Amino acid sequence: MNADSQNAIDVCGLSVWLGGRKILDGVSFGVERGEAVTIVGPNGAGKTTLLKCLAGILTAGSGKILLDGRPLGDCPRKRLARRISYVPQADSQPVPFTVEQFVLMGRYPYLSPFSPVGKEDRQAARGAMEQTDTTRFAGRRLDTLSGGERQKVYIAAALAQGGEILLLDEPTTFLDYHHQEDICRLLRRTARRSDLTTIAVTHDVNRAALESHRIVALGGGRVVFIGAPHEIMRPDVLQRIYGCPFELVDHPHVGMPMVVPLGAPEDSA
Amino acid sequence: MTRGMILIILLVLTIRVLVAAPFVGMMRVPVSALWGECSNPVLVDVLWQIRMPRVTMAFLAGAALATAGMAFQAMFRNPLATPFTLGVASGASLGSALAIHLGLAACWMGKSAITLSAFAGALLTIALVYGLTRARQGFSTATMLLAGVALSFSFSSLILLLQYVSDFTDSYRILRWVMGGLDQIVSFGDVLDVVPLVVAGSLVIFYLTHELNLITTGEELAASRGVEVERTKRILFLAASLMVGAVVAVCGPIGFVGLMAPHICRLIIGPDHRYLAPASWLFGGLFLVICDALARTVMAPAELPVGIITALLGGPFFLCLLLATATRKEIV
Repeated sequence: MNADSQNAIDVCGLSVWLGGRKILDGVSFGVERGEAVTIVGPNGAGKTTLLKCLAGILTAGSGKILLDGRPLGDCPRKRLARRISYVPQADSQPVPFTVEQFVLMGRYPYLSPFSPVGKEDRQAARGAMEQTDTTRFAGRRLDTLSGGERQKVYIAAALAQGGEILLLDEPTTFLDYHHQEDICRLLRRTARRSDLTTIAVTHDVNRAALESHRIVALGGGRVVFIGAPHEIMRPDVLQRIYGCPFELVDHPHVGMPMVVPLGAPEDSA
Repeated sequence: MTRGMILIILLVLTIRVLVAAPFVGMMRVPVSALWGECSNPVLVDVLWQIRMPRVTMAFLAGAALATAGMAFQAMFRNPLATPFTLGVASGASLGSALAIHLGLAACWMGKSAITLSAFAGALLTIALVYGLTRARQGFSTATMLLAGVALSFSFSSLILLLQYVSDFTDSYRILRWVMGGLDQIVSFGDVLDVVPLVVAGSLVIFYLTHELNLITTGEELAASRGVEVERTKRILFLAASLMVGAVVAVCGPIGFVGLMAPHICRLIIGPDHRYLAPASWLFGGLFLVICDALARTVMAPAELPVGIITALLGGPFFLCLLLATATRKEIV
């Protein structure tokens, strides 16, 4: 066992080319077991690509991703799916299934062909739906739900999948304040209860600072910052990452500096 | 009504139709012909040499086309996909048109040159589409669809060209072949030719129903749930295309079944492929057997091409079903 064996995931020098363009350029970082890590960065920095690599969806590229010290690519896809679940960016792709059917489909890595869905699978799905408060629309079709409800169902399906690592792509970006709080509370609670390691991608730096143990910032496919939330919440650091000026104000309860909109400059009148 | 019950009803219906269909046609055949005790010995031959193989073939063809159509619709997440979308039918048609135009009369192992040439055309198209998508690493379903449609169009215009330069008789034979039909089935030998590919193809699709369900929710999500998406799509494409190629080589491109039978079954039994696949298989076969029985009785003693009946009967049937259930369900 190597020195990093307490890490759930280690990314070592990961580079990815897509369509002849270098999207990720030598990205390296580690995520400890039970840690909540958020990946931030400007548009096109490679955040989603990185997440897809971690989920094993994208397999191209050089460098290594280690899961418990072993290369991710060596793990058969079904076994990988029992360890890592992925919640995609919420979109309105028409999915013809009901919520219950969809959550049950999260049990795929445990099923064999022709096998009926077993009692264990139903229990896991029911548990996941209770945890996410989605039981009440179990019978509704997925494409009749609102964005917030759908996001919860996607999380429920990921939980039914039963992995200890949860990857989330923009879990709150397209939701209203109420649902943002809902999803964050839900994630905080389930992560604590099931000892989950979570890696999320977001544009919302405030959210990232409040909800995660550590933040990784990408810029142009490289890691440009890695550290604790209070270290990134400084105007100079944020300006270096995003290339624009920032205004920060302390959060009244938590004390963490929060980004506020700049507003119109006073001298413009 | 549970989905299991719907499947059982469908099965019972299929068996009844399969039992009744051989006795229907230009000549009424009495049941006693089954064990050869018939006043007219010709009827015994009609039943055993013509009707039985033809009904069996109709069932297998319908089942194969419907199941392949269902797989393609799921794989491309496109409700308009059919077993012919990727050019298999046009390839086979071009093969048969070439054989007719060149007057190929050779036989090989008892198969006519037209059938062999059609199957070669289908195989060549499958290889071409497969090669095109392999050439670019990983196959995006959109690329594959477009490649198939482009090939289809090129082949169709080549068929038109062949028809244009052929004499009247050949031109009509080409047209008749392209309409599809089951009137060329004259022995169980023809049926046995398609059985291996149809059975193997159907089993492969039945084996992959969990994967089909997940692929309809999105390829990336399916991959993250543990599906080997690329491999699954490749296997599905080959299994469905080979089975359709075999059917088309023998029966010509019988339209509509592959497009509409899966949608009709979706309306009846829902989108879960574990139930939808057997339902499509049964319903596609059942539907084509009925259409073929009509094709040989409606204008008796003349025969209608069965492709005309499938669309004439299936179109309104689907629309009625759609209107009756639209308030409760959507298909896609």
